[in-house]
Amino acid sequence: MRLIFDKSVKDRACVTLPASEIPVYSVKNAGFLRIAAAELPEVSELDLVRHYDALSARAYGVDSGFYPLGSCTMKYNPKLHESMAGLCGFTDIHPLQDETTVQGALEVVYLLTEYLKEITGMDDGSLQPAAGAHGEFTSLLMTDAYFRSKGERRKKILVPDSAHGTNPASAAMAGFSVVNIPSRRDGLVDLNALRAETDGGVAALMLTNPNTLGLYEKNIAEIAEIIHANDSLLYYDGANLNAVMGKIRPGDMGFDIMHINLHKTFSAPHGGGGPGSGPVLCKSFLRDFLPYPLVGASEGGYGFLKPPKKSVGKVRSFYGNFLVALKAFAYIIALGRGGIRDAAEKAVLNANYMCALVSEFLEAPFGGARMNKTEVSECGGEGGCAGSFECAAESEKSKKFGGACMHEFVVSAEKLKVDTGVSALDIAKALIDYGMHPPTVYFPLTVHEALMFEPTETESKETIDAAAAALREIVGEAAKNPEKIKNAPFTAHVGRPDEVKAARKPVLAR
Amino acid sequence: MRYTPHTERDVKEMLGVIGAALPEIFEACGIPERAGSARSIDGITGGILSEEGLSALETERELKRIAAKNKVYGAVFLGAGAYNHYIPPVVRHITANPRFVTAYTPYQPELSQGILQAIFEYQSGIVRLTGLDVSNASMYDGAASAAEAVLMCVADKPGDILISEGVNPEVRAVVAAYLGGTGRSVTLAPLTEDGLTDAAFIAARGNAACCLIQQPNYYGNIEDAKAFGALLNGNGVRYIMHSYPTALGILASPGECGADFATGEGQPLGLPLSFGGPYLGYIAAREKYVRKMTGRIVGETTDREGRTVYVLTLQAREQHIRREKASSSICSNEALCALAAAVYLCALGKNGFRAVAADCFDKAHYLAEKLERAGLRLKYKNAEFFNEFVTVSDSKKSSRILKLLDEADILGGLKLNEREILWCATEMNDKKQIDGLAELVERV
Repeated sequence: MRLIFDKSVKDRACVTLPASEIPVYSVKNAGFLRIAAAELPEVSELDLVRHYDALSARAYGVDSGFYPLGSCTMKYNPKLHESMAGLCGFTDIHPLQDETTVQGALEVVYLLTEYLKEITGMDDGSLQPAAGAHGEFTSLLMTDAYFRSKGERRKKILVPDSAHGTNPASAAMAGFSVVNIPSRRDGLVDLNALRAETDGGVAALMLTNPNTLGLYEKNIAEIAEIIHANDSLLYYDGANLNAVMGKIRPGDMGFDIMHINLHKTFSAPHGGGGPGSGPVLCKSFLRDFLPYPLVGASEGGYGFLKPPKKSVGKVRSFYGNFLVALKAFAYIIALGRGGIRDAAEKAVLNANYMCALVSEFLEAPFGGARMNKTEVSECGGEGGCAGSFECAAESEKSKKFGGACMHEFVVSAEKLKVDTGVSALDIAKALIDYGMHPPTVYFPLTVHEALMFEPTETESKETIDAAAAALREIVGEAAKNPEKIKNAPFTAHVGRPDEVKAARKPVLAR
Repeated sequence: MRYTPHTERDVKEMLGVIGAALPEIFEACGIPERAGSARSIDGITGGILSEEGLSALETERELKRIAAKNKVYGAVFLGAGAYNHYIPPVVRHITANPRFVTAYTPYQPELSQGILQAIFEYQSGIVRLTGLDVSNASMYDGAASAAEAVLMCVADKPGDILISEGVNPEVRAVVAAYLGGTGRSVTLAPLTEDGLTDAAFIAARGNAACCLIQQPNYYGNIEDAKAFGALLNGNGVRYIMHSYPTALGILASPGECGADFATGEGQPLGLPLSFGGPYLGYIAAREKYVRKMTGRIVGETTDREGRTVYVLTLQAREQHIRREKASSSICSNEALCALAAAVYLCALGKNGFRAVAADCFDKAHYLAEKLERAGLRLKYKNAEFFNEFVTVSDSKKSSRILKLLDEADILGGLKLNEREILWCATEMNDKKQIDGLAELVERV
């Protein structure tokens, strides 16, 4: 499709400004002036509308269809939120207005922070970080400041090998070195490896729970004990909070500091990559390190508090992505405690249901066999028992129910690839021809030919049935006609792009 | 409210396929029923959240009640980092399209050509605006852009980090926080009496790693950005020019000024004030920095049939590939805001964009004249300004001026202290508003 720049016609215009009623002034120093005008497109409003309508037809959102992108929580974004975030009482207020004139905005910031504290079991928080990784970075700056305030120098962050890439990247950005902790074959943190790496230089362990395999780190109490016995901090990556909200709280699990992705868990839309919002929450002993300004409430109303004593400062101008926070606020008050718990339960139900269907024809290394079929025989093997590696030590009960995942699950196409040459990526691309968005592929890095599905709670049984049926057909076709699947998709606007060429000779603007 | 579509029958059938009840699933995962403590929201004891939530209608009422507690002014003369500009309605219409709003990051190019091309066009717009070679797909905000540019500059270069005192204090604070992990600190380059960055101070620090200058600076004054370019380029100091994008409609572009990096707050490009966010950080650089660039970048390539297609590229810089060796941890950015900026730039077009900049300049100069006549003095007589300026008064207290304006539904400038106010005018302020404001100030 042609670029908007190629549709430009000299002197065509879309917007006309009012005629000036005041004198014209001029810059005295001609050296200050721009020589070459920015070559922006000259188009009519209709040109512009048609251009973007055509682009939107080549885009795909949650509103278009099933979007089981693992680790991304692509749940439905209620339209009510969009309307409310468009109210001029929210969009047309300046961040530097006197606080008496923005009592509504401060109320949203204050109450949302309170709700998030309650949902997570933390004591305080800031909405300033603009995205999940930004929240991680902020928390790690706080972690560093905390140890420096105690006169300690701790420069190591422990990260499980299944962690999101942002964890180690944020740690490095905040000046830490990163130590990877291997996972056991059952996908959970290897406690022995954790013990071995936990020394006086360790500032924190970053953990996602449930982890990126969709498994709950059931040894969390022991993990917390190991970390706290070393006076290190336990950090919760809130990317997967959707699985447990309303059921169990990071604060109660023993986490000291965390971030939340409001654009995942609390239904603010992803916008094609952002804006997000990544509030940081912490236990009271870390309060003094939070970014400023924080909002407080008194009888006279809401107001900004004095910067916390040892604050890490500001990680973004003003108060964060306010309108994104507003959407999360609307979601939380509409759902209430019951709705929040219901969302987590249905997310887990949908994932287990889909996993049960899909694991009939794709291997689910960490779970997903129908629970009543998962017998003791699975233990010690590569089968579907979540506790396979340590089964001998586990109770009969956990053997029986070993197949459960939480809000997402990972299947491996490794065997299919050996048999047919069809890879995880090929399966993902073939799903496009069924009108669905592919799952996350090749993540986590610890599973070969990984396909990671997160159906989310807002999808119906019919949608999941259709997706499982499509996958079954694709896997069946792979055995019969692998070349067809390797060349998918056929119905998309474009075929598979030459990514090597894009990186080797970058064309990044026109 | 519930956004879950499950009927009782659905749940029963699904659990039948799984072969367990819901509590058993959670228990098998390691979360027994009533795992939460007494403080938790699991329903054991009450917190501040209601159990049942609200209906859609009640939620709407509640949010409208809260929105009504915010004051939306009839006229705005406050800037200082967030600017009240005209947003053509077409911008909001296009950016409200659910296929843009509800899409994820375009990792699947076959399904995301619309988003990828839109970002590519945004990058192209920023390149054209800044006169540099490459732009990324957006940053969290202008302050974060400046901070990440500084991090890029100092990653492989020792020496001072020079930051002009004319850089917005919010931006300076964010840069300082971002540097927390590097152990390096900032050297503040002072302003002269004329309210401009002290060139002699910068010239004396030829071994610096980088220098961040804001154009126009926090006080509205136009820096001699080209002279800084010549000076810094000559000393091999990396030059980050942090610009108000609207001003680039008439002022020399970072490319023309010799900047290595161009950063800035993109909010003036079609985003409402929104109490500070979501906004948009833009960042552009010379070609030689492209493989160190932070954030996502969209590139052009071809598919098997030779059609032009767009993909996320140079991903070897990024966190999901490089992990702790990535150039930044940024993952989610401000894509929808970048889309708004791209549509805004197209809606105004080459001539319209320049006209808005010229109008801001004119309106601010008219306002300054009027305020001088109303009894205020301009603080920086020898500097030129774009659309913001500082006034001084010995007799009229800032808080009194601003209170009187507030009562007349006018949001006045930023109180720097009881004698000084930082004013801003844009194309949104017409003659009547400005005349009315000046009359009120005269009466104080």
